[in-house]
Amino acid sequence: MLKRIILALAIAGGPVSAAELIGDADKGEIVFRKCSGCHEVGVSARNRIGPELNRIFGRRVAAEKDGFFYSKGLARMGADGLVWEFKTLDAYLENPKALVTGTRMNFSGLKDPQDRADVLAYLRQFSDMPQNIPESSPTARAREVELPPEVLALVGDPEYGEYLANECQTCHQVDGSNDGIPAIIGWPAEDFVIAMHAYKQKIRPHPVMQMMAGRLTEEEIAALAAYFNGLE
Amino acid sequence: MTLNRRAFIGTGIATAAALNAPMVMGQAKPRVVVIGGGAGGATAARYIAKDSKGAVEVTLVAANPIYTTCFFSNLYIGGFREFESLQHGYDKLAATGVTVINDLATGVDRAAKTVTLAGGQVLPYDRLVLSPGIDFRDGSVPGWSVDAHAEIMPHAYEAGPQTQLLKAQIEAMPQGGTFAMIAPPNPYRCPPGPYERISMVASLLSQKNPTAKILLVDPKEKFSKQGLFEDGWSRHYPGMIERVGPDFGGDKVEVRPDTMEVVIDGSAQKVDVCNVIPGQMAGKIAQIAGVTDEKGWAPVLPDSMKSKMDENVFVLGDSSAQGDMPKSGFSANSQAKVAAMAIRGELTGSKVFPAKYSNTCWSLLAADDGVKVGASYEPTPEKIASTSTFISKNGEDAGLRKQTYEESVGWYEGITADIFG
Ligand SMILES: Cc1cc2nc3c(=O)[nH]c(=O)nc-3n(C[C@H](O)[C@H](O)[C@H](O)COP(=O)(O)OP(=O)(O)OC[C@H]3O[C@@H](n4cnc5c(N)ncnc54)[C@H](O)[C@@H]3O)c2cc1C
Repeated sequence: MLKRIILALAIAGGPVSAAELIGDADKGEIVFRKCSGCHEVGVSARNRIGPELNRIFGRRVAAEKDGFFYSKGLARMGADGLVWEFKTLDAYLENPKALVTGTRMNFSGLKDPQDRADVLAYLRQFSDMPQNIPESSPTARAREVELPPEVLALVGDPEYGEYLANECQTCHQVDGSNDGIPAIIGWPAEDFVIAMHAYKQKIRPHPVMQMMAGRLTEEEIAALAAYFNGLE
Repeated sequence: MTLNRRAFIGTGIATAAALNAPMVMGQAKPRVVVIGGGAGGATAARYIAKDSKGAVEVTLVAANPIYTTCFFSNLYIGGFREFESLQHGYDKLAATGVTVINDLATGVDRAAKTVTLAGGQVLPYDRLVLSPGIDFRDGSVPGWSVDAHAEIMPHAYEAGPQTQLLKAQIEAMPQGGTFAMIAPPNPYRCPPGPYERISMVASLLSQKNPTAKILLVDPKEKFSKQGLFEDGWSRHYPGMIERVGPDFGGDKVEVRPDTMEVVIDGSAQKVDVCNVIPGQMAGKIAQIAGVTDEKGWAPVLPDSMKSKMDENVFVLGDSSAQGDMPKSGFSANSQAKVAAMAIRGELTGSKVFPAKYSNTCWSLLAADDGVKVGASYEPTPEKIASTSTFISKNGEDAGLRKQTYEESVGWYEGITADIFG
């Protein structure tokens, strides 16, 4: 009980979000060394293992015209309408696989909000309107969704999850088929919870999923995560 | 009571002989009879059998050994699907433990709790599930009746030979000929269905018969996804489709099958193909069972799909009058899962969770141009009420529209696996 109160206070106090930090482009250039094995930016940058990052701000995620071959997961998010802007890049850099399930970007993420703010300030110089650094909407979030630890820690009831999952199975197949509609079985519970909250908070763009997740409570999302995690 | 029954069920599973034992009060497995092997009925049968793990005896009475989905039947007409891809058998349902009987239910005795089949068999039940789809209202389009004229002017609103007939007629149209559709009045199954069909007919004609015309006669002022359809029609099929709404006599229409004429507000016009989609009501067996109201639909309780007229009867899908949910395969499937849970709860004491319903209807406007509309629903004391909705927007880019179409193909695979196993 005491723990809950302390957590609640901490949340009310507001977590530190990268959006509120002012990025330092010079420091960001150093942070970018972690990225430069795969990504180029600047004059004569080309697509390599990862796409080149000039004009990344404002770019539609996985836009076909930039000539890079994207993962199915990124292509889907792009078609749904996800655009690279401060808040989405910040979420992606913190935990790529949490924002975009199935992305091929094999990077564990930059956990320090200041590092992300710095590297984004650096990249911002290669996009239009660098003077806006590091402006972003006031609702910008440090991670894909700002989930209090107690929400992440909720242990779902798989029996309830099984009932709730009936609804998912009208579209998502339990045998893991992945055509047109993604497979959702066997996900780590935390990824599932974060993804569902991202739909619930309308950060992920898909309207059916926003509607479905929108009416699920935290307990219900945890229950679904527990159930689908147990399916193979 | 519940506890006793539960305890007995435990032993009942072990002794397979108990299956066919004559019903002695409280000693046989509880029996559920489901009439109608479509979106609602097959889902309910499958979920009750699967989730009760043999504790409930489930019998599905399905008129035909093969079910042809209405959903995606318009895509078959447009040339985007093979007919066979719409057809589903009941083998997997039987493997789940459902007893499937291919016969027509002709009678329901609610006092004796029995169902009579055309073949003479009498099936006793503890709970009865009705999901018989729709019946047509004769006289709703003057000059047309289903028995006399469906071969000349097909409805194609129950999928199967009617769908094939309509497609064959369209393909045989003379160059520059006219396809007419008489759209139904509300309420009817699949609100966007007639308009998706117009899109698919237009798609087919623009390839094979580009000077042909489409005449849509509609008694309704507005229709589902109207803005999206009209935008799609003007982009893909400019000048081909004419819609006559009630302001121009669309509600005063008569047909003459003998001369292939459509008469709108007194003036006759010759057409080459005429698709008559008449007014609708609950499937006949629901009327026979006496669970329908004066409007011809079966009112149900919003939290369980239980008939308001009989606590042992549940009505699903198109036949039910439940509130805000459209009559769709998605809705029928969603309602069936809620009912299955309620029925298991009553018969075996299993946990009953709060009801949640949802629906999404995808429609194809042209190749790779898909749109969707959907909503989620919750029971209120009066009805199943919509809680949130969404709809595709005009001006979405081609990538999203293509993805929406691909998603609908994924949905078809998903829902048919969920219905039939
Ligand atoms: C052109 C068209 C397009 C559509 N597109 C979509 C779509 O894209 N998405 C969507 O969700 N929905 C769609 N629908 C709607 C959907 O098909 C229906 O809403 C859905 O099938 C309703 O399910 P149901 O269980 O109530 O009835 P049905 O699926 O019609 O099943 C009823 C079954 O019961 C059988 N039956 C009836 N009486 C008896 C009896 N006495 N004894 C034995 N068997 C009996 C019938 O033969 C039938 O097989 C479409 C419909 C049409 C016509």
